[in-house]
Amino acid sequence: MTSSASPIVRFDNLTLGYNRHPAVHHLKGDIAAGSLLAVVGPNGAGKSTLLKGIVGELRPMQGNVELAGLKRENIAYLTQQSTLDSTFPIVIHDFVAMGLWSQFGAFRSFDRAARQRIEDAIAAVGLSGLENRPIGQLSGGQLQRARFARVILQDSPLVLLDEPYGAIDANTVRDLAALVRHWNAEGRTVISVLHDFDHVRQEYPETLLLAREVVARGATAEVLSEQNLLRARHLAEAQSQSPDAPICHTEHNTEKSTAEHRHS
Amino acid sequence: MSLIDTLTSFPLISPFIEFGFMRRALAGCLALSLGATPIGVFLMLRRMSLAGDAISHSILPGAAVGYLFAGLSLSAMTIGGLVAGIAVALLAGGVARNSVIKEDTSLATFYLMSLSAGVLIISMRGSNVDLLHVLFGSVLALDDAALLLLASFASCSIVAIALGLRLIVLECCDPAHLARISRLSPVAHYGFMVLVVLNLIGGFHALGTLMAVGIMILPSAAARFWVGNIVPLILVAVVIAFSGSLIGLLLSYYVNLPAGPAIVLTLGGLYLLSMAIGPLGPLVSHLRPRWHFER
Repeated sequence: MTSSASPIVRFDNLTLGYNRHPAVHHLKGDIAAGSLLAVVGPNGAGKSTLLKGIVGELRPMQGNVELAGLKRENIAYLTQQSTLDSTFPIVIHDFVAMGLWSQFGAFRSFDRAARQRIEDAIAAVGLSGLENRPIGQLSGGQLQRARFARVILQDSPLVLLDEPYGAIDANTVRDLAALVRHWNAEGRTVISVLHDFDHVRQEYPETLLLAREVVARGATAEVLSEQNLLRARHLAEAQSQSPDAPICHTEHNTEKSTAEHRHS
Repeated sequence: MSLIDTLTSFPLISPFIEFGFMRRALAGCLALSLGATPIGVFLMLRRMSLAGDAISHSILPGAAVGYLFAGLSLSAMTIGGLVAGIAVALLAGGVARNSVIKEDTSLATFYLMSLSAGVLIISMRGSNVDLLHVLFGSVLALDDAALLLLASFASCSIVAIALGLRLIVLECCDPAHLARISRLSPVAHYGFMVLVVLNLIGGFHALGTLMAVGIMILPSAAARFWVGNIVPLILVAVVIAFSGSLIGLLLSYYVNLPAGPAIVLTLGGLYLLSMAIGPLGPLVSHLRPRWHFER
């Protein structure tokens, strides 16, 4: 996984996992600044885990994630399941405005330019006119639009989207995908975890296929070949039959050779 | 006829003109409405209404130890209550995070132990009158020191909420997002818990440990049936809290009821009324015609 442009994320032999069970193994390489990268793979392949590793929510079991010129708290990260309490009495305007946190913090009041940016972000996701509606009254698609508007205001060079289009209608997907293209055209790096291969083929030039380890990475058309997808499925099935036993060739080999060495 | 005489002829005002203790009670309730009720709104929104109740009971052994050493001394009971309340909030949270026990059970275990220990300590030394004072408060016997204490807790809370509104709102509605984008997340969490304990102690002096949480939660829950945005919600809750206190005090004066329970029951009545006629209440939202193409 290397690229000629300057990297924004570098994986240094990264292994991530939960309760001592690795979920992503020995990831190496860079993600170039300005990439538009899809991360695909079967359930349990470690896609969301990888994003959590990048934002630092999960400490590496081994290796490292390096970020170039970017603090972790400034990454815009849209989680798969919103942790938002949608019954909380807050209106769309105030919810979206929270995206300005990195620039205004907890205490500074919004100036005129900031208020204009909030208005523009709400317009960009097609929610103009609903600024004063409580978030509890929004449909799933509208709430996802509001979350995207918050990402706009975060104004981050690195945007991570974890299954952003789950349970959302085609119109909303089309609008939000246009927004993602726009972010990338502005020079932002976007990494999206996705399941819809057609969407990935259409929108994402680069893809990373994971099945707890890297199955393939590169141009989308090549990565999403029958052969690679079959291999990913086989790896996932093998792992799901013995979920506790990490497939970790290098570690196995080292352990084996050490054991053999001891015996001899 | 002087102005005072005219005012005294109004039955809703006359008790407060004639009796100093009624004026003090009203001032104490105003302080609680301004300080404790907004904190109660956030407690409710964080689904911690019962946790607030549990922490209010856990104040008791601390206050009781203060009482053991200094009698019904305001400062000794306040310091004791503060230490016990914060200790239980921290301990219960710690046990919940590091064991199989969930937060509600964890709080329940600590508050049950605290409440019984508190009642035990007070009955070892004091009279039943003292015990009643601690359990049900003495809103009609607030002295200068108690009023000052209530007013300073209210001031602290108002300033803290005004400064930290954005932080508290985000901590309540999307805590995981706050933890990702800011290092202030623990400050918001623990700062809020300290405010809760402070206001519960204020409520404890006026309404007693059994009802302190009443003036925090009941007006907040009632306001939820009227408005759907956080700042108006806080303002409506404060208005409901103060109106309920006023009506409760008048009831206690004219019908000769104990003041603390009269206030809390009035607040309960306002909650039921809001549920019945509030625009966001279950009745009105069922009766309202549905609009097609509503924006």
